[in-house]
Amino acid sequence: MSVQSMLKVEHLTKTYPTASGDLTVLHEVSFDLPVGETLAILGPSGSGKTTLLGLCAGLDQPSAGSVVVAGEAIQTMDEDERARVRNDHVGFVFQNFQLVPTLTALENVLVPLELRGEGGPSAEVRARELLDRVGLGDRYDHYPVQLSGGEQQRVALARAFVNEPKILFCDEPTGNLDGDTAHKVEELIFGLNREKQTTLVLVTHDLELAQKCGRVLKLRRGDVVEG
Amino acid sequence: MASLSIVLGVAALVAIGSFNANLKRAIDDQAKTLLGADLRVQGRAAFSPEVKQRLDELGGRQSREIALSTMIVFPMAENATRLATLRALEGGYPFYGVFETVPADAPAKLAAGGRVAILEETLMAQFGVSVGDEIKLGTQFFEVVGALRQIPGDSAAVAMLSPRVFVPFSELEATELLGPGSLARHRRYIVFQDETDPLAVEKEMRAEFAGENLGYETVEERKRELGQSLRNVYSFLSLVGFVALFLGAIGVASAIHVHIRQKIPTVAVLRCLGASARTSFGVYLIQGMALGVVGSALGAALGVVVQMSLPQLVSGLLPFDVDFFIAWQSVLQGAGAGLVVCGLFALLPLLAVRRVSPLMAIRAQVSTTTRKFDLWQWLIWGAITVSVGGFALLQAPSKRVGLGFVVMLAVGFLVLAGLGKLVAWAARRFTPRRAPYVWRQGIANLHRPNNRTVLLLLALGLGTFLILTLVLTRTTLLAQIEGSGGDDRPNLLFFDIQDDQIDPLREILDREEAPMLADAPIVTMRLAKLKGRPISEVLRDPNSTIPSWTLRREYRSTFRDTLNPRTEKVVAGEFVERVPEDIEVIPISWEAGQAEEMGLGLGDEVEWDVQGLPMVTRIASLREVEWRRLEPNFFVVFPAGVLEPAPKFYVGASRVASPEDSARVQRAVVSALPNVSAIDIQLVMETLDGIFSKVQFVIQFMALFTVATGIIVLAGAVMSGRFQRLREVVLLRTLGASGRQLWQIQLVEYAVLGVLAALVGCGLAVVSNELLARFVFQTDGVVTLPILALAVLAVTVITLVTGLLANRGVTNHPPLEVLRQEG
Repeated sequence: MSVQSMLKVEHLTKTYPTASGDLTVLHEVSFDLPVGETLAILGPSGSGKTTLLGLCAGLDQPSAGSVVVAGEAIQTMDEDERARVRNDHVGFVFQNFQLVPTLTALENVLVPLELRGEGGPSAEVRARELLDRVGLGDRYDHYPVQLSGGEQQRVALARAFVNEPKILFCDEPTGNLDGDTAHKVEELIFGLNREKQTTLVLVTHDLELAQKCGRVLKLRRGDVVEG
Repeated sequence: MASLSIVLGVAALVAIGSFNANLKRAIDDQAKTLLGADLRVQGRAAFSPEVKQRLDELGGRQSREIALSTMIVFPMAENATRLATLRALEGGYPFYGVFETVPADAPAKLAAGGRVAILEETLMAQFGVSVGDEIKLGTQFFEVVGALRQIPGDSAAVAMLSPRVFVPFSELEATELLGPGSLARHRRYIVFQDETDPLAVEKEMRAEFAGENLGYETVEERKRELGQSLRNVYSFLSLVGFVALFLGAIGVASAIHVHIRQKIPTVAVLRCLGASARTSFGVYLIQGMALGVVGSALGAALGVVVQMSLPQLVSGLLPFDVDFFIAWQSVLQGAGAGLVVCGLFALLPLLAVRRVSPLMAIRAQVSTTTRKFDLWQWLIWGAITVSVGGFALLQAPSKRVGLGFVVMLAVGFLVLAGLGKLVAWAARRFTPRRAPYVWRQGIANLHRPNNRTVLLLLALGLGTFLILTLVLTRTTLLAQIEGSGGDDRPNLLFFDIQDDQIDPLREILDREEAPMLADAPIVTMRLAKLKGRPISEVLRDPNSTIPSWTLRREYRSTFRDTLNPRTEKVVAGEFVERVPEDIEVIPISWEAGQAEEMGLGLGDEVEWDVQGLPMVTRIASLREVEWRRLEPNFFVVFPAGVLEPAPKFYVGASRVASPEDSARVQRAVVSALPNVSAIDIQLVMETLDGIFSKVQFVIQFMALFTVATGIIVLAGAVMSGRFQRLREVVLLRTLGASGRQLWQIQLVEYAVLGVLAALVGCGLAVVSNELLARFVFQTDGVVTLPILALAVLAVTVITLVTGLLANRGVTNHPPLEVLRQEG
């Protein structure tokens, strides 16, 4: 792997056992993403996009192949080690926001820092700055249920950047939002990405959004067809 | 899971109900062996010639017995002694049932006469007595010819309290145990050869010998008494079983609540497709009822299985054998109660189905419930209240107890439900911001959407409350027997001390370094007139509210010129210490509680029959007596000066340091004064504790259903919130939480729930124990901190283990699987 590589995937395969035999949802996928690059994974429903993202982020175990994130080979790690890698290097933004419903906006943003034992006044300052940055300076103490979809996704963005990740994974980040709101969230993602010099992996079926990335990887039925 | 909680509730009800039917039939089948005869006549003194003649005229087969408490001396066990009931028997008793001994020919040897004895089997084992050994009763030695296993009329519990020894009637006199103060009961057992009605004979004799103070017992009366006491136990166990069912129903309501929430989108789609609110409601009502039917049927089957084991558990506590049969009526009743309660509780969350808007199918944010007055909801709450209250009132031995049960249950329910809401609210408002993250997240979980906080607190709290009440009641009752006070209190009582034996006894006790701490002369007497009215008239008065036992009983009164500072306190009037011998109206002191019960007050005149001599007295003072201290205590105390010449005997109390000292002192006393009996308080305590343990075991066995139901409801509640939790756990996992952190978060959540539920359960148990102690057992409630601490610890551990087990595997889920489902 080159020193500049942030995410290196080699011969990645994922197979699920089914009643009618094994079902391969991802087949021999390989790519190398240098630091600071942006990659869109594009494809129709069922093409294996989210599976690929999950494997890259260590959310699932591959059937074969390897994944190296920020220099660490995660496919051989146990769940706790992978959790540590995610906490140290990875940020996430999901289609359906995935906020902890019992925590306020500020507390949600703080979670990644708290989990690594870095909570405290300075962490809170950083979290507030990020919430201010995404335009939620007046929403610190609101619970997720009290926020609109766009606002929840902006809280999720602030949370994704709070631990200063080296790589950000976004799974259909605007899929649940209306046009205007989606546009604002897109701007924030790319803006923050530039500011923080983060590597970005974005899963989408929206061609327009994919074209905003430096590279596009097209998937169809588990195979890379372009990119 | 919800169905399982109903299963246990119904099982408890069916087992108890069906076993009760078994008991009733056993009593009917074995009724005659309960007494061993058709009629028993008993007197405190030897029967008068008139009574004897009347009894002889009754004909049939008759048996005579004199029973008294005495000390047995065991020469083969270094002259160890033990208080026992000596029964001197003659005639063919028992006429019904079996006089079971080992060897079986012992009753025949007893009937043949001579210095032979049949001894309680437990005593033989305890003192190493074999058939052929000799024991000493009074001044005579008797050869043991057999071990007593069973005789009609007594249960093993009676034998534990006062072990029995049978000797031939003709040999009693030689023992010199029949002194003037000995508490002998003279009995005649009669079995009629013709169709004579024992109750009619009893009635005639009661009228004919009203002044003789005789006691009568027939099979019917024994049956009624036994039935009554069993009914009390049955009522209690039924209520315990019902609590299990009640908890189960809460579990069902909760499960259906979660189920319905998950099905709301489906209902919305059905509504879009044209299903009416009624149709969608019907679909889920059928599901709920199916749950109830399956649960009740399985519960009824399990109940029958449990019922089979109950006779073994209670054997020894009952004076008869219980055969197993399935009481279908009880099975149906239990299952029916399960179905009704389950149905009613399931209806509450089901009502939400009617309010699901079809719009939800396309917009999830549409509110499911438009809160306005819902008549059905109120009707169902009303039906639940009526059914729970009605059941409790029907099962309880009295309306007061039933009402108490309902009120305590309602209070417990409301307090715990209120606490649940409060905890959820407080968790949101007051979580300390500076606490470690796992603490804050654990506490925050208490108010997560769809949280089970209220349900978990209810299940845990009610369970703790009920079980702990049982434990505390036991402590209270044992403490009542043990008495209060320090090391100075007497623990060895002597009675049957004759007038000329009190000084020699004092000398012996001084020699044995166990000096007499208290002694009192006792003069037996009966009431003759109360406020000028003859007792017979008061007894016949239908409007009289005075308990008849207070009028009929033989009073054992004392006389002295001081109060006992350890046990007595004058609460009204003035204690008169001494009066001249020729005083006309004697000022006496009466125990305040009994005086109140009899409607007596200061200045009231009472005439006594002191062994044939009339004596007029006036109540000069009322005393509160600490009955719990096992010292010579009395209802009535005379002043010094008038009763001294009357025939009297003494009771005395001493203190010994150890069981060895107790045995040594008793040996010394009994060898010099054979008729004097001793009660070792420690032995009484141990015996009662043994009986209590047995009773408690039965109660706890049934209470186990409540606990098991509680745990199932708890596990069910935890599991019903599992999906919600899974989502959170996976999210935290995704954000980098370690397995240890996730485990700690759950630990905090369940520890908070467990500790809070345990504390509230303890609080409720302390209150109900105090209420039971005051209003049922007439004593002060006793609470020991170690028991409470142990309860809190146990409940917390159970909660943690159940919670963590029910959630096991949650942290091992691949995050992607759940995140995908969410998307």
